[in-house]
Amino acid sequence: MSEMPEIIQGKFKVLSNRKMEPDCFKMAILAPRIAITARPGQFVHLRCQEELEPLLRRPFSFHRINGGSFEILYKVIGRGTNLLAKKKKGDTIDTLGPLGNGFNIIRNSKFEIRNSILVAGGMGVAPLLALGERLAGRRNTLVLIGARNKKEVLCENEFKQLGAKVQIATDDGSRGRKGLVTDLLKKVLRNTKYEIRNTIYACGPKPMLKEIARLSSSLGISAYGSLEENMACGVGACLGCAIGTREGYKRVCKDGPVFNLREIKW
Amino acid sequence: MVKKRKSAASNFSVSLGSLKLPNPVLAASGTFGSGRDYEDLVPLKKLGALVTKTITLKPQSGNPPPRTAETYQGMLNAIGLENPGVEAFIRKEMPFLQKIGIPVIVSVAADSPAQFARICRRLSKIRGIHALEVNISCPNLGKRTLIAQDARATYEVVKAAKRATGVPIITKLSPNVTDVAEIAHAAERAGSDILSLVNTFFGMSVDLKTKQPKLGNATGGLSGPAIKPQALWAVYRVRQAVKLPLIGMGGIMDTQDALEFIICGASAVAVGTANFVNPKAIVEIITGIRKYLQKNKIRDINSLIGSLGKK
Repeated sequence: MSEMPEIIQGKFKVLSNRKMEPDCFKMAILAPRIAITARPGQFVHLRCQEELEPLLRRPFSFHRINGGSFEILYKVIGRGTNLLAKKKKGDTIDTLGPLGNGFNIIRNSKFEIRNSILVAGGMGVAPLLALGERLAGRRNTLVLIGARNKKEVLCENEFKQLGAKVQIATDDGSRGRKGLVTDLLKKVLRNTKYEIRNTIYACGPKPMLKEIARLSSSLGISAYGSLEENMACGVGACLGCAIGTREGYKRVCKDGPVFNLREIKW
Repeated sequence: MVKKRKSAASNFSVSLGSLKLPNPVLAASGTFGSGRDYEDLVPLKKLGALVTKTITLKPQSGNPPPRTAETYQGMLNAIGLENPGVEAFIRKEMPFLQKIGIPVIVSVAADSPAQFARICRRLSKIRGIHALEVNISCPNLGKRTLIAQDARATYEVVKAAKRATGVPIITKLSPNVTDVAEIAHAAERAGSDILSLVNTFFGMSVDLKTKQPKLGNATGGLSGPAIKPQALWAVYRVRQAVKLPLIGMGGIMDTQDALEFIICGASAVAVGTANFVNPKAIVEIITGIRKYLQKNKIRDINSLIGSLGKK
């Protein structure tokens, strides 16, 4: 295995912090030393404030990686993200990263990347767009986006611009198929075109990931998911973000956040 | 070539009995692993010492998640002493720790005086361990009382550890007691070389949606700036009660906090939760204390220790 790229901590400049729909922001940060080694599925640990309240950093996965800068996509849900939403262009932000393992792009042989199915639930689109960018133009990518309603469907156009096919499921049926994104996945997997030669990459709520683990293992398809736990240090030292796996507890921040979904004890 | 000596440089090394530290700022147990995870971010050579994550005789898997929860100016944790056991620790972590070239303090926990003696004896054979911190105050093991809540149990554990090894013994005290000085006395009588205080405060937090505790272990230990005034008081109290050198800790976030503990009588301080907020906290505090000494023309850090109320 190649040596892990260096973890950087520093204050970096906010390039933009735009409000998207709904309660959802996209922040671009100029951080060449971080962006240059950043991989899809990895994350940054941000300090949302100079003061000690709220105390801890907040983890955000790379949403887009563009040479010298990167974007994060976040929903305003608590004290940390409220402060983050107030950041303006030109402000600086204490950034720690890149952290975690990132998605491993599975290949059939040395050169051939498998077809991919990306399954996003709600804010789960955040790391999957960065992955979609890496996969673009190499093999077929199908993106399944699940949201509560049509307003909360994120990144549809971005994925389409990358040449991916996009299908949508909403809880209320206001866009695409009514129901869960995992129902959509079931339908897709029934279609012979998307079978063993596919890899599923997923991010979203735990019940969604659990269902994908069940579906994929019954069909013998590889499935990788980006997981979340409350996190303190972000670098693997405190053992605070443990998740139960078949090999015992692992650290979401360092052994993950991307796990083979079959390894997880749900 | 003749090197110019900075005449203004103050003495920065401290001695806690036979334990000599190049500077008085340590990485606190459980917050820094064995240092490896912070290698990219922190010049480890600059630390006054590194106190490892607590090690037990057998591997321990720790508590079910969630293991952490943020609170106002603090955090709860209930890790449950997850560790690979003493043998794997010696094999996997000691070579790295020995290479850093700073004092290494290994934190240990066990269930009985005899088991404490066993793990201390095992580790005293290993090169590069400068002291052992006897963790009798972890609040997350589901026990009814902590060893550090019982003067007699504290005495017996420390006595057993002392008999087992010639390496200096640090006894880590709990703030979850009626009178911390009583336990400090017991540790002193049993021969502890140093006391460190405080471990975390019992605490909990509830999720209103589920009516479940936010921690998998239900209860946890509170750390961070929220506990600093109480931790400082504990050091102040124990300083008046015993003669042993003290390592002060509990919510130290910056230079000001560290100096307060030193002035109240701590010969050294340990920085824990601050590492999660700012990985460079320890090195910034070391620089900050140096600047304070220079600015106030204090030649020797030792003259600051316990200087509360003195001019």
